[in-house]
Amino acid sequence: MTEWFMMASWSPYIVGAGIGVLIWTTFLLSDRPLGCSTAYAKTAGMVESAISRKKSEVMPYYQKFTPTADWQWMIIVGVLIGAFLSAYLSGTFTLLIVPPVFAAAFGTDPVIRSVVALLGGILMGIGARWAGGCTSGHGISGTLQLSLASWVAAICFFAGGILVAGLIYGFTFI
Amino acid sequence: MAFEQLRSDKRAQVVLGLLTGIVFGFLLQKGGVTEYGVIIGQLLLTDFTVVEVMLTAVLVGMIGVYAMKAAGLVRLHYQEGSVGATVIGGLIFGAGFAVLGYCPGTAAGAVGAGALDAAIGMAGIALGAGIFARLYPRLSQSVLNRGRFPAGTIPELVGVRPGIVVIVVALLIIATLYLLALFGF
Repeated sequence: MTEWFMMASWSPYIVGAGIGVLIWTTFLLSDRPLGCSTAYAKTAGMVESAISRKKSEVMPYYQKFTPTADWQWMIIVGVLIGAFLSAYLSGTFTLLIVPPVFAAAFGTDPVIRSVVALLGGILMGIGARWAGGCTSGHGISGTLQLSLASWVAAICFFAGGILVAGLIYGFTFI
Repeated sequence: MAFEQLRSDKRAQVVLGLLTGIVFGFLLQKGGVTEYGVIIGQLLLTDFTVVEVMLTAVLVGMIGVYAMKAAGLVRLHYQEGSVGATVIGGLIFGAGFAVLGYCPGTAAGAVGAGALDAAIGMAGIALGAGIFARLYPRLSQSVLNRGRFPAGTIPELVGVRPGIVVIVVALLIIATLYLLALFGF
């Protein structure tokens, strides 16, 4: 059993099935789908309210998604801890700023990767809240409920992603 | 319902959120999908790990959630979409997906596994969510409501019982996974 937890990687089918079962528990025990991007909206709201409580309280978006460290917010904290445990147990924890695939194409300058990551993150944050969810909220939790919006969103995530990744790295599959 | 008390216990839910996140993060890291190279490989269509994980999760999750719904144990939680919100937002998200190389959940997992660029990405996502919150009053009056979808779920759209759609979607997912394996992905 312990060797299993120390393995560097598991089959994608095992991991996927595990996530599926995990979502059964979120519906049953928490009456919620599993999603990640709401936590970021709550974090932005926490920052806004630290700067000016009055202003954030009247912003309609933060009335919809209250800036509190609740179930939704703790998910992200948990993901960070869980991934650390997994990487630590398998001895694959490695500090890096520039991922190897990025470095091979654009060099090892950490400033370039940092600026690209920040810009990509901003686009993703806007897009996730615009569409009402991310790869987990729409892409897994929504599609498994057969939500029409989630299937359309998931297709658009990949359509946009495949197009822009191709523009960045070249369309290798053609 | 026996679970109502637990569901409305705020303190218990904070602990459950943390535990759910830990299991989710553990699985994402073991699946390799917290790696930049694996996500970019998916978007370049050279590595199908992300799709395999997602489709298996949808297959297992869908059957369980619909079975529990039939037994009256759970409610569905989905949103109504529109062209202006879902399609435009989805495409913006996709562009960010390719530029960042992580998504909101896997970015947190990547940080846990030591990728510091993902921490900058997380700050970017929060900043982007904050920008959206500022734009929200204006957007909700205009583009977000353009082209509302005619139905909330696929069974409603096609007018077929959910149970039948679950079986059809399950078979399509199994066929897709089988074909991906057949082609060596």
